[in-house]
Amino acid sequence: MVIVGIPRALLFYYYYPLWRAFFTELGVQVVVSPVTNKKILDSGLRTALDEACLPVKLFFGHVLALADQVDYLFVPRLVSVEQKAYICPKFMGLPDMLRARLPHLPPIIDLPVDFRHSGQTWDHFFEEVGKLFTRDRHLIRRATQSACEVHSRFQELLESGLLPPEAISVLEKGEGEIPVQQQNCLLKIGLLGHAYNLYDPFISMNLIKKLRQLGASVVTADCLAPDLIEEKARRLPKRLFWTLGKKMIGAALNFFENRKLDGIIYLTSFGCGPESLVGELVERWAKRRAVLPFMLLTIDEHTGEAGLVTRLEAFLEMIKRRKKNENYLPTYG
Amino acid sequence: MKITYPHMGNLYIVIRALLTSLGLDLVLPPPTSNRTVELGVRYAPEFACFPLKLNLGNFLEARELGADTILMAGGVGPCRFGYYAQVQREILRDLGVSMEMVVLEPPDTHWSELKDKIRWLVGDRSWWEIIKAIRFAWYKARAVDLVEARVLYLRPRVFEPFELESGYREALRKIDQAASKRELDSVVKGFFRFSNRLPRRSGSLLRVGLVGEIFTVLEPFANYDLERRLGLLGVEVTRSIFLSAWINEHLFGGLLRVKGTKHVKKLAAPYLNFFVGGHGRETVGSTVDFARQGYDGVVHVAPFTCMPEIVAHSVLPSVTKDYGIPTLTFYLDEQSGEAGIQTRLEAFVDLISARRERVRKEKH
Ligand code: SF4
Repeated sequence: MVIVGIPRALLFYYYYPLWRAFFTELGVQVVVSPVTNKKILDSGLRTALDEACLPVKLFFGHVLALADQVDYLFVPRLVSVEQKAYICPKFMGLPDMLRARLPHLPPIIDLPVDFRHSGQTWDHFFEEVGKLFTRDRHLIRRATQSACEVHSRFQELLESGLLPPEAISVLEKGEGEIPVQQQNCLLKIGLLGHAYNLYDPFISMNLIKKLRQLGASVVTADCLAPDLIEEKARRLPKRLFWTLGKKMIGAALNFFENRKLDGIIYLTSFGCGPESLVGELVERWAKRRAVLPFMLLTIDEHTGEAGLVTRLEAFLEMIKRRKKNENYLPTYG
Repeated sequence: MKITYPHMGNLYIVIRALLTSLGLDLVLPPPTSNRTVELGVRYAPEFACFPLKLNLGNFLEARELGADTILMAGGVGPCRFGYYAQVQREILRDLGVSMEMVVLEPPDTHWSELKDKIRWLVGDRSWWEIIKAIRFAWYKARAVDLVEARVLYLRPRVFEPFELESGYREALRKIDQAASKRELDSVVKGFFRFSNRLPRRSGSLLRVGLVGEIFTVLEPFANYDLERRLGLLGVEVTRSIFLSAWINEHLFGGLLRVKGTKHVKKLAAPYLNFFVGGHGRETVGSTVDFARQGYDGVVHVAPFTCMPEIVAHSVLPSVTKDYGIPTLTFYLDEQSGEAGIQTRLEAFVDLISARRERVRKEKH
């Protein structure tokens, strides 16, 4: 059986169920790189360009972790996943960067995912990918169909309040494993950031788990229905042409107006191009409105865990104090 | 209405010609300086690219001189440049600086958007007048480019580099002031006559191609005067981007027959097989182009954290492997430091001249 490797990095957290279902149905075995560990990160740091951002460096590490066990690496050129928008220029050049810097890789499946223009969908992409493995067009169509079904199931799980890693594991291990939503938490935090930072436990230093341990529940952009995000993002004076940036802005504006939230944390990685502008806008609006306590956390490969915990604790303490004081204020201001 | 716009090399000459012949009132920011950097860095996001910071500094300095309207270019992605103006607007607003901002960019939905903006700028002037103004600006761009290319050629050759520099500055000043095409032609001719008289050494020199992101290639303040530094080290520099070629491609849709970057984009494959925004693909293609023409090396410049250029830089080692051409990349921002740049340039020049020597010996 042919083996295709999928790196557990970048858009893995959004498209793994889709991709996996397609390959499996096609009769191709899928192997995923392990959960990020120090060794994986280090090999990425050694091989990627110094100036690249942390997520891209990490991607290199995951590719290396797969390289000797697979026949193909699946690194589609992710140009655009929706009309008139992009992810990030680095995603568009990712296969080329890998080939240039890691010369002994197995063949890379780098067909473009480019839905900038209307009418382009995963169907077209899968049709091309399928041709690499079989001439049976019927089989490809069937695989595409079941992949899309799995993907919508995944979306449903997200909208029911699961975070992507939780939803992925529900899909893999079957029902019955849906983690109980944390109710009655003292604090509720809106968490912004790119999926590949937030949900990678090593890179985020278990941010989500830590917040939960400190007695806070979290909501992320992925818990919001896509049209809620779109609607708010449309308020921008100019359409934002980055899919992930738009998601952050839309979520932030939703969070600002959410009366149940107690604070917002925005996790960004050092040297991220789009975030340097998107994060700036969100931070400025947050300050102008001053409705919710806001904290921007920038991480890189040197960020220490202890420092992160200290900052989280201080932030949550501050919120608690504020809440307590508010209780003594007359509600009519 | 007093219009200002950010500096990018000698582009101000071209824009000034365009806007003044349309009868607009301009207040140009003073030439970009350390103060510009300071202002920009103080108020811009830390990880925004260098051009955004310099632009912001330009605006604030122009404001001090009375400008009230900013003219900027934009874009629709994926490079950050397309969102500069929006972020700058928010920053200015928080600073309490009220300036109108007009962003000219490819329209998102309707061409009428762009047409309306232009109409708003030019009032009731006829299209014919507008076309005439554009044509005149274009002549200025050509004149600037001719003079610049000549200077790049002569810098490493003349015995009196300072005389050349002052002649160059004088020529730019005259181009800026010229009121007709005839006048422009005579300035250019005059500069060529003057520069031909400068005593110079003969022999074959080291040749380096300059590639990278357009702002850092064209703005000497942003690239720490790289071209002049290389010239003084005895290196002839060829630029991959000239204003007129760029204007032709982006504004005239390649209508005129000027050597552009189309062929260069093709050369980028197989190293970079897709566009990545900004000038990423051109950077790779131009490097291949210079290698094929037998240049001794390529210097690559980009703003720190520039995404398209990081992609380009990542694949450049493959070009070097195939063609043997050495490349040197500079990521530029306010912290780059003159001394570091000079040292790295000197080391690079040593390297390429040793390589040339080696190649020559192997041939014999
Ligand atoms: S969006 Fe940011 S973090 Fe992600 S690849 Fe681009 S620069 Fe890196």
